[in-house]
Amino acid sequence: MTNIPMEAGLLLAGILFTLGLISVLIRRNIIFMLISVEIMLNAAGLAFIVAATRWAQPDGQVMFIFILTMAAAEVSVGLALILQLHHQLKTLDSDAANKMFG
Amino acid sequence: MELTFYVASAIAILATIMVITNYNMIHALLYLVVSFLAVAVVFFTLGAPFMAALEVIIYAGAIVVLIIFVIMMLNLTNEDVQQEKTWLRPKTWIGPALLSLVLLAELAYLVIAEDMPTINNQPVDAREVGLALYGPYLLGVQLCGMLLMAGIVGAYHLGRQKKKVVHRFLERSEI
Repeated sequence: MTNIPMEAGLLLAGILFTLGLISVLIRRNIIFMLISVEIMLNAAGLAFIVAATRWAQPDGQVMFIFILTMAAAEVSVGLALILQLHHQLKTLDSDAANKMFG
Repeated sequence: MELTFYVASAIAILATIMVITNYNMIHALLYLVVSFLAVAVVFFTLGAPFMAALEVIIYAGAIVVLIIFVIMMLNLTNEDVQQEKTWLRPKTWIGPALLSLVLLAELAYLVIAEDMPTINNQPVDAREVGLALYGPYLLGVQLCGMLLMAGIVGAYHLGRQKKKVVHRFLERSEI
């Protein structure tokens, strides 16, 4: 039997989410921004798992599966957009995306 | 078991810091795999073994491999690493980082100030998750299916490159 305080799990989720948020804010490379969004989604899922364990109910884990599905769909569409951006503009600068012209 | 949790948390945080401070994209992705594996260990110690397996298979397996494939297709060189270095100056990152850390400190204060019980860890295995998923959350599963379908169609439509149509007579005249 483990005896982990719930604060520790929630703090870990908060720290990971903040790291992802910092990375989204400071990067200009669009692939790094996508990676940081993945980190943030993972941290949100971690918070759900901690809550699920606290009450010993499966609902939090179901929510984690939904987050996982959304992350997979999001990363596929995002990578297609990145490929299109790099194909047309030959750069990964997210500021260049305002000149995409369809 | 508690020690496992804390060690895995430390590894997850350190690996994530390495991800967000790395200039080279492939190195950052390798650290990201380490971070996801550490989070999977955290899930396991928290009593969610099925979710740990899903984390390894889908996050560390599918998503990261997809990103690596795209990076390989983009043909990045050493110049891009140098470009990343010029973009990431201390003047750029110190403001947002400090403000986000202040927010994190507030969050930590709120979490710690509340008197929370410790987790009495009884694992919730895959059977209960499956029963909940296909019982009360059936509508959510169907919505997930529609979301994935939209993702596939959207990725196909956006990723398609328009072929240049050249008439065969014109092609021959060029040669």
